[in-house]
Amino acid sequence: MSTVSVTITVNGKTQTAEVEPRTLLVQYLRDNLGLTGTHTGCDTSQCGACTVLVDGVSAKSCTVLAVQADGSSVTTIEGFAPFGTLHPIQQAFWEEHGLQCGYCTPGMIMTTASLLARNPDPTEEEIRHELHGNLCRCTGYHTIVNAVRKSAELLASGAEPAPIDQVAGN
Amino acid sequence: MYPEQFEYQRPSSVSEAIGLLTANPDAKIIAGGHSLLPAMKMRLAAPAALVDIARIPELKGISASGDGATIGAGATYRELMDDAALAAAYPVVAETCDKVGDPAVRSRGTLGGSLAHVDPAADLTAVMLALGASVTATGPNGARTIGIDDLFVGLLTTTLEPDEIITSISLPASSAGTKQAYEKHSHPASGYAVAGVAVALQVDGTTCTSARIGVTGAPEYAMRATAAEDALVGKELTAETIAAAAEKATEGLGELNGDVYASAEYRAHLVKVLTRRALTRAAL
Repeated sequence: MSTVSVTITVNGKTQTAEVEPRTLLVQYLRDNLGLTGTHTGCDTSQCGACTVLVDGVSAKSCTVLAVQADGSSVTTIEGFAPFGTLHPIQQAFWEEHGLQCGYCTPGMIMTTASLLARNPDPTEEEIRHELHGNLCRCTGYHTIVNAVRKSAELLASGAEPAPIDQVAGN
Repeated sequence: MYPEQFEYQRPSSVSEAIGLLTANPDAKIIAGGHSLLPAMKMRLAAPAALVDIARIPELKGISASGDGATIGAGATYRELMDDAALAAAYPVVAETCDKVGDPAVRSRGTLGGSLAHVDPAADLTAVMLALGASVTATGPNGARTIGIDDLFVGLLTTTLEPDEIITSISLPASSAGTKQAYEKHSHPASGYAVAGVAVALQVDGTTCTSARIGVTGAPEYAMRATAAEDALVGKELTAETIAAAAEKATEGLGELNGDVYASAEYRAHLVKVLTRRALTRAAL
């Protein structure tokens, strides 16, 4: 079976690869590029663990072919903030305890980023509606919703990515 | 999970896409892919080739006013929600799109794809029935217009030819500014419509002069509830006339779907309740 050439800018780095057309974006990220921060949960486009940003908009990478993202810019959790720092959304999830096991967290953060880009000041109701496609089996969502609200506040105040040791528990 | 092997083709125009479909009867169109890819991953579908039409410029764009709307088949749910002119004339479209899937799905799924796929639990199928839409389908012999009442004919089945592509969807002036609503009972896990009812009413004073009601989720494929429509036309719209019409909402829908979550009897109940709620919210 023939392969196709895909050129995707992942976390700012443009890379070209030969892949089978059936290669899913999540497989490409995890298996070809070793970016395992994007998780595979349900693999049926329901749980949202595999959510990444494609050209700035949230997409479930288990339901996008790598070749469909050809020419696009993809952001994963690894590229969300410079290495060693936490993005304000990550800071908010930390401070509001918006995670327990952490499996859903990369997807939650991507969905949060996509939401806040479109709606910088969402209500709690809007946040819950927008998180509909991201499942968490630990938190009961309450702390995640708080983390999204906190994210909005931090971003509105002009917060920047900060070194982890200046955020975590300090 | 990954699909079976297939060839991938990305034409740059509708005519090129039609040529690819004509040349390969086992090829399928992919746009947003949020119905097709899950089916392929489950090995329920195994097309020999995918013809990716998502980037064809001719399929993009929305123009809407009180005199009607023309929507490119490649318009995503998100684009439909964000178009202010469309929302002003046909508010039920944005209302419904916000109930489809989740934000990531809405950014990729397309109106043309929803109508061509005719999932029995799709949402926009019912809305397009209520608004009296028509689709333009283009094939090797040119373009033709198909009224929405003549498009859906069975489970996942339309009157489109295998090498025809829906290129645009038109909404008539007659349904612009009508009283519209969509009520849905979502499956708690999947979010798909267990039952959904879209209504569009024209009124003169408080008298109903025209009614169109589309039902999804419960019937084999999205259909109009014509008995309920007939019960409304010429009547004053009151709680009583609406309730009487809603009781007729399952007439003519054929055998209803039943599954482990919702029996056919329960879906029949839902259709009546949702019809009443949609009519009430639209009209009263």
